[in-house]
Amino acid sequence: MEASVFIVGAALILTGGIGVVAAKNPVHSALFLIETLTGVAVIFVLQDAHFLAAVQVIVYAGAIVILFLFVIMLLGVDKTVDWQLKEPIAGQQPLAAIIGASLLGLGVVITTIATDNLTGAIRRGGDRALDSGFTDVERLGRVLFSDYAMSFEITAALLTIAVIGAVVLTRSIGRDDLLDDLEPAPMEPSSAAPHGGNDSDLEPDPADGERAAGGAGGE
Amino acid sequence: MDVTTDWYLVLSAILFAIGAVGVLVRRNPLVMFMCIELMLNAVNITFVALGAELNDVGGQIAVFFVLVVAAVEVVVGLALVVAINRRRLGATADDVSVLRG
Repeated sequence: MEASVFIVGAALILTGGIGVVAAKNPVHSALFLIETLTGVAVIFVLQDAHFLAAVQVIVYAGAIVILFLFVIMLLGVDKTVDWQLKEPIAGQQPLAAIIGASLLGLGVVITTIATDNLTGAIRRGGDRALDSGFTDVERLGRVLFSDYAMSFEITAALLTIAVIGAVVLTRSIGRDDLLDDLEPAPMEPSSAAPHGGNDSDLEPDPADGERAAGGAGGE
Repeated sequence: MDVTTDWYLVLSAILFAIGAVGVLVRRNPLVMFMCIELMLNAVNITFVALGAELNDVGGQIAVFFVLVVAAVEVVVGLALVVAINRRRLGATADDVSVLRG
């Protein structure tokens, strides 16, 4: 029974993972990512981490992937098959395959050979033990708000900083924008023109004003 | 058949390798972010499996913090992608080369 649940979860994870990497369309990648995350939630349930399984589905599949989809839809779906473009580094893809295979081999070898060393640590007792009689959420909460209270508070600060950073980054800026002065950018999104270093182009581009107005109107 | 900790660790190694290859091969920054999420999830599986092996809730706590940091990373990363696209620097990671010497 346990093994069959594991196999279902592992199949979800691996097919989803390969799909994320191989899908041509970024939207399909996002949907495959949901499949992988659901598989990870299955694995968590199998290991009695019920709270984490719920959080995995709610936060990852429910919030993070939706955020990805929002951004994909906001920017337009880019259907170019990006790994068939010209490679800036010669032989990048064979190298990537070699690195991936060696990472995989390293992980498998370490986990199968050295498991005795990995798990030779002292098994816990007391509040932190998984078999201490508390429910899953209660145990997690006890440890989180005692041993890890400081980390928890720092996490709150981190989240606040991230929200402020996201607002600052996506704020629409007027003509004093440095990058707009550097880039006499064409309006077509598809033309990734080589930037010709037109630093002397200091007078404001009329297109800039249009774009700023459009950006302000869009929000 | 018993599911031992090794099974989870090998599964996690495979998922991590898939994610790493994805980051190296793909050019779309959004898909690269998704591959980073794959790698983070691989590490999460490892944390929970070893936490269960050692009878310690610390593994699950670590996963909790990884989740928070992953959310933060996605928010800031996607804001960067939106900001870059608004300035029309190009669609793939290779086009963003303003700082090239």
